[in-house]
Amino acid sequence: MISILGRTAILVALAACMVGAVAGLYGGARRSADAARWARAMAWTFFGATLVGVGLMEFALLTHDFSVHYVAEVGSRSSPTWITVVSLWSSLSGSILFWAFILGAYAAAQAWYTRKRYPEHSSYAMGMTLVVGVFFSFLVAGDANPFTPVSPVPLDGPGPNPLLQNHMLMVVHPPMLYLGYVGMTVPFAMGAAALLAGRITPAWSRALRNAMLVPWGFLTLGIILGGWWSYDVLGWGGYWAWDPVENASFLPWLTSTAFLHSAMLMERKDQLKGWTLTLLMGSFLLTILGTFMTRSGVFNSVHSFTQSPIGPIFLTFLALVLTFSVLLLAARIDKLSPPRDGLNGPASRDTAIMAQNLLFAAFTFTVLLGTTWPLINEAISGEKISVGGPYFNKWGVPLSFMLVFLMGVGPALPWGRASLDAVVKRFLVPLGIAVLVVAGCAAMGWTKPWPLAVFGVSAFAAVITLQEMAAPGLARWRKKGGNLATALVQASLRTRRRQAGYVVHLGVVLVAIGVAGSSGWRNVEQLTLRPGETGKAGRYSLTYVEHRTDKDSHRSSELARIHVATDDADLGFLEPRMNTYPRMGSPLPAPAVRSVPGEDLYLSIVKIDTKTGLLSFQAVIQPLVWWIWFGGLVMALGAALAAWPSRRRSTARLAHAKPDTAGVAASVKAST
Amino acid sequence: MKPAIQRRLFLLGALLVAGGALGVIAWGGIGDNLVYFWTPAQVAANADKAVGATIRLGGVVQAGTVHWEQDQQLLTFTVGESTVDTKTPLQVEAKSAPPQMFREGIGVVVEGTMRTDGVFSADKVMVKHSNEYRAPTGEADVKKLYATVEDL
Repeated sequence: MISILGRTAILVALAACMVGAVAGLYGGARRSADAARWARAMAWTFFGATLVGVGLMEFALLTHDFSVHYVAEVGSRSSPTWITVVSLWSSLSGSILFWAFILGAYAAAQAWYTRKRYPEHSSYAMGMTLVVGVFFSFLVAGDANPFTPVSPVPLDGPGPNPLLQNHMLMVVHPPMLYLGYVGMTVPFAMGAAALLAGRITPAWSRALRNAMLVPWGFLTLGIILGGWWSYDVLGWGGYWAWDPVENASFLPWLTSTAFLHSAMLMERKDQLKGWTLTLLMGSFLLTILGTFMTRSGVFNSVHSFTQSPIGPIFLTFLALVLTFSVLLLAARIDKLSPPRDGLNGPASRDTAIMAQNLLFAAFTFTVLLGTTWPLINEAISGEKISVGGPYFNKWGVPLSFMLVFLMGVGPALPWGRASLDAVVKRFLVPLGIAVLVVAGCAAMGWTKPWPLAVFGVSAFAAVITLQEMAAPGLARWRKKGGNLATALVQASLRTRRRQAGYVVHLGVVLVAIGVAGSSGWRNVEQLTLRPGETGKAGRYSLTYVEHRTDKDSHRSSELARIHVATDDADLGFLEPRMNTYPRMGSPLPAPAVRSVPGEDLYLSIVKIDTKTGLLSFQAVIQPLVWWIWFGGLVMALGAALAAWPSRRRSTARLAHAKPDTAGVAASVKAST
Repeated sequence: MKPAIQRRLFLLGALLVAGGALGVIAWGGIGDNLVYFWTPAQVAANADKAVGATIRLGGVVQAGTVHWEQDQQLLTFTVGESTVDTKTPLQVEAKSAPPQMFREGIGVVVEGTMRTDGVFSADKVMVKHSNEYRAPTGEADVKKLYATVEDL
């Protein structure tokens, strides 16, 4: 029954996307408001149908309806309810259904947001989003259909992959990444609309940048949570391994970050339009490439799904989108109005943004090459290799260093031109503080060159960022007097978008410090203890108190209770465990972590003898890991602040009164 | 030439130079940092390249060769192409405790490099065991082994 309903819902979604795509593109080409309305209605239908699909699948999962193919694949009567709920995205076909649902939600949001604005572009953009919708609905309806009936109906299923059951972060990490990946569709569609219409207005480039901020924030959060998940689950004490699938999420992050910056030049100065739109198309293409890499089984990775037939389909889609993007850019780039005369001074924010863009492009190239090289190599020579982490670090570390440096330099420079004297004056204090930080760290005995350099440049960037954040408030306070705090808050509210950008920058600084510290001073100790014995790891004494066995419905665990103390403090107990899932023969270690801002102590079992209790484990001691998670949170918060719609409602209503011109004027006004 | 065209040409030139330099550097960087997926026989065949290169060695732990020094956390064993390999068994030394499922006759992937004394020095020892597990018997099976162990 659910099979039939589910497949019907998917067919409705597919039909809605097809009709809406045609209506939207037609509405854009003919400037037909009726067709545009149809496209929007179809976007809502798409959303509704996918919502029903996801609801049906969750219902099937929760009621253990094993006649549904996907439930038979990942369901299990012994799984706890929360695992059953998140099973929706634990395997391939369910995750594609979930993917289509998120695209539906984005399409509906786009329909809502553009319903009374941007008549020139919105219909095209709606059409393009639904074209992508056609592809995903087609996948769900065809090769990746989770609703296919199973016969005979099994009595129980195996449950999802144990690696995914091992941690609560499975609840949030994949949805965040999907929200980031899928959300790139909307700015892509809007960029394509600009090219199709052959014109880009300041209001549209502004909307475009806002539309990118949303998925960018989710992607950032998804990547950080992914790192956190591998740290807490995989047991080797690291959070990033330059694994192909990690790279797959990092690549669009790089290009979309570059886009968010070059789009400021596009919006403000009408410059770099071709380049900015190229970055936009590139970001979307990289999300498709990333999906292909995760789901086709060409790479073996912790985060990837098993071998599946949808690889070739994705590759075809990738080729089509690439061809379309290149042709569209080539055909229309000259139609976009030529740039206003914009010779920028060498010391200007414009130049900093361009340099930043070049660095990001270089970074993208480096990671893309390293990630795809094993495939190219295997195709040519048949030899199986992979590219090691040192390659990525060799380029990634200096590039990141320069990017953090530019993050400090850029905001301190004015748009256009600047006199060199004024620039030098602005940098004196931050540079001084950076030197002090480096000297202080060196005096404490932290003398590794790269981490030390990153600490210095992070201090430099942080000081400038804080200066810039305080500047509008201080100016207001000097001019008008009164309460300093009030002046700071009021001025910040007035310049919310800029302040939000600076919050993101501060988050980046925190992440940079965390990465530099944790990779610079990582210490791994191997210990083997009998119950009652005490071992040393760095400054910690670890006493192995006892071991015990816990049994859950879906797994059994062997726990080691370890008491942690330093010379002057009792830090309580840590309980790393070794989980055994019936479906998987080999046990999975689940590490225990003591995470504080200063330092992480990470214990992971290598081997535990259930009879004698003889325990071998790894103690990984890394400083500043905590800062990475915190910094990621700050970045996402900044993105949310920047993307939060304000004063939009009133401008929208104004636009409704005079549909054609007032909307643009109002949006422009809201932007200043 | 018009200044605009001049600027474009300059930009194009700069991009080409930057791209070229990047390509060359990246190429070299990749060449130095490859990870090879080899079996003991392949290590023997590539003896000249093996010393110092990062290798993921896949094979079967030979019976009667496992030895663990608990005090020094030193694990030594021999890896072969199949359960009994008389041609190219390779001595492995790892600074770690034997992982939970580690035992004689099981498939392993060890990451490390060849030392000049002909011993494989490993940083990581990975074992994968599944319900359908059986000892690999040839190169094709060892390849499958990689697929299952790589995610550890």
